[in-house]
Amino acid sequence: MTERLKIEHLYKVFTDKPERALAMLNAGKNKSEVQETLGQVVGLDDVSLSVPSGSMYMIMGLSGSGKSTLARCINRLNEPSAGKILLDDEDICTLDEAGLRDVRRNRISMVFQHFALLPNRRVIENVEFGLKLRGMSAGERRKRAEEVLGVVGLARWAYNLPHELSGGMRQRVGLARALATDADILIMDEAFSALDPLIRTEMQDELLRLQRTLSKTILFITHDFQEALKLGSRIAIMSEGRLVREGTPQSIVLEPGSDYVAAFTREVDRGRLFDAGSVMTSLVTILRSPNGIVLGDASGEPGPGFMLDADERILGTVTASEIELARGGAMPRPDTRFTCVPAHTKLVDVASRYRAGGTIGVTDDTGRLIGRLEAGQILAGIGAPGAAGAHHVN
Amino acid sequence: MLIKADDLAGLPVGDCIQHGVQWIALNLRPFFLLIKWPVERLLNFNDSVLHAIPFPLMLLLMFLLAWRLASLGVAAFALVGLIVIAMLGVWDQAITTLSLIATAIVFCAVIGIPIGIWCARSERVWRIVRPVLDIMQTTPTFVYLVPVVMLFGVGTVPGEVAVVITAMPPLIRFTHLGIRMVDHEIVEAGLAFGADKRQLLWEVQLPLAIPTILGGLNQTVLTAMVMSVVIAMIGAEGLGLVVLQGLGRLDVGQAAIGGIAIVLLAMMLDRITQKLAQSKGGTRSALLPVLARFIRGGRMSRSVAADTAHDAEKAL
Repeated sequence: MTERLKIEHLYKVFTDKPERALAMLNAGKNKSEVQETLGQVVGLDDVSLSVPSGSMYMIMGLSGSGKSTLARCINRLNEPSAGKILLDDEDICTLDEAGLRDVRRNRISMVFQHFALLPNRRVIENVEFGLKLRGMSAGERRKRAEEVLGVVGLARWAYNLPHELSGGMRQRVGLARALATDADILIMDEAFSALDPLIRTEMQDELLRLQRTLSKTILFITHDFQEALKLGSRIAIMSEGRLVREGTPQSIVLEPGSDYVAAFTREVDRGRLFDAGSVMTSLVTILRSPNGIVLGDASGEPGPGFMLDADERILGTVTASEIELARGGAMPRPDTRFTCVPAHTKLVDVASRYRAGGTIGVTDDTGRLIGRLEAGQILAGIGAPGAAGAHHVN
Repeated sequence: MLIKADDLAGLPVGDCIQHGVQWIALNLRPFFLLIKWPVERLLNFNDSVLHAIPFPLMLLLMFLLAWRLASLGVAAFALVGLIVIAMLGVWDQAITTLSLIATAIVFCAVIGIPIGIWCARSERVWRIVRPVLDIMQTTPTFVYLVPVVMLFGVGTVPGEVAVVITAMPPLIRFTHLGIRMVDHEIVEAGLAFGADKRQLLWEVQLPLAIPTILGGLNQTVLTAMVMSVVIAMIGAEGLGLVVLQGLGRLDVGQAAIGGIAIVLLAMMLDRITQKLAQSKGGTRSALLPVLARFIRGGRMSRSVAADTAHDAEKAL
């Protein structure tokens, strides 16, 4: 994947003269020390990250962590104090007024937390807003706006006023307005935070659906770690203006790296985050005989395995001792109490399929058996490490 | 031994100002004539047009105007009010007052709204304009009459200059306020989609500020109404003159007739412009304080508009 947007050593101090604050930050002082000494608020403290093209990149943090400041620096609603923002290798920070306007009109668009629609304009006029600013002719932009409204499912509401719509629908208008400009980078600033939980979930699913066809590069700001996990292909976690952890959702949950991040991951519903494939024991063929094929642990450890017939149909599970007998030429008697799940099945769904005493086989997309799951593995995968008492058990 | 207050009375402030204004009046005369000229032209134009309209047609026009801008109820009230004014026998004077107000609205809008916009866009300009507005709005209205007489002379046109100056501050304040009050996120959205300064003003800020600006217009109309009466003291014609003459001759009846006509006209204008502002969700105006002020003889410590604007600012 190529990098679309690259942020290098970005600083933001809310003042006209940031030099002293920047010097202090460079000397290793933190946000609160600068605020105490100079009375200046630090928004961003040496943030570097790169956003792959077509990814849904989540910037997550609590209020005051600098996440919105970071988003607003990217289209320079906030003027960065130092650092570089490279959009396709062009530094946005050095653009003059006209250049910046061009980037805002054509390259980067934005969705706002409280929708920020023009209350006096109809839905379709709101969607046309960016195109109108760009100077597109009335007929052309109306056509485009109708198209985009169709995409977000609001074609019927084109001639209503925003206040006649529900919150979720208004944010669809906000999204349509951002999509209409065809900008390939989308900044979504707490876009779903003002919505009711149910509507929020619906909008998240909708965004995921749209993203599958649109493949925009989306920077999504949120304070909700669950939302970040659900939507994000990568997550950057911010605190006190600094980037404290960056990575894929699963890697962050597996290795929080700091107590601050661990505090978020502890609450995570791992059963919905991890799939069967990520916690299973991999199986490989360890024996081929006229009786059939035996799959055992890839690590070579002795343990239970699966028995397949010559056509790779799964016959059942076999115990470690039966595998030993099979090596001697005996015909093992496979236990048929087993279930199979695809590797991408989330652990919560795997758990619901589990039956006492049985083993679960994990298959790849083609239906080929690639691993097995025991009850303990499912439980360990769902449970949070470091949760109360867990250290002392082993 | 004891010092009396009067012993200290030696500061020649009165003389200084007297000489200063005299000097200005003598040396800057062309400048003031230049200011007076457009006021005079527009006032004469409005006055002759309004007087040329036949009485029944005027009734019809006002009815339709009130109906379109406000409601049928207000239109009916305007119709009855105008007929009562005619029955009182002060129709001509009322029309003169109306043309004074109409002219003032035009000048206030043309000058006041752009100044308000300028204030909203530049903190520095606002820092200069704001204290000027404070002074203008706390100064009793008839204090304006003295310099106006010295600089512009006496009569209806100099009076109109005073009306314009008095009625302008609320519109500047409300325009400034209206633009500043536009939801910050919506302004950000404008910027984020690449609006330049002109587009931001015309596409986002002004349309959303219109209800507030119309609220300011209501205040301006009422202030103009009050001042158009006060300027009778410097020889301006209109309903104020009816009251002033009544008082001069101790003719209570005539003074009351003038007063009633003024109240009717003021209520009409207030209702019409208020509905104009409200229909777009604007601010409510305050007729009663204006009337109370008017009854006290135009001597006010502070204009209603200033109060309203301050309240609104506090609410921010």
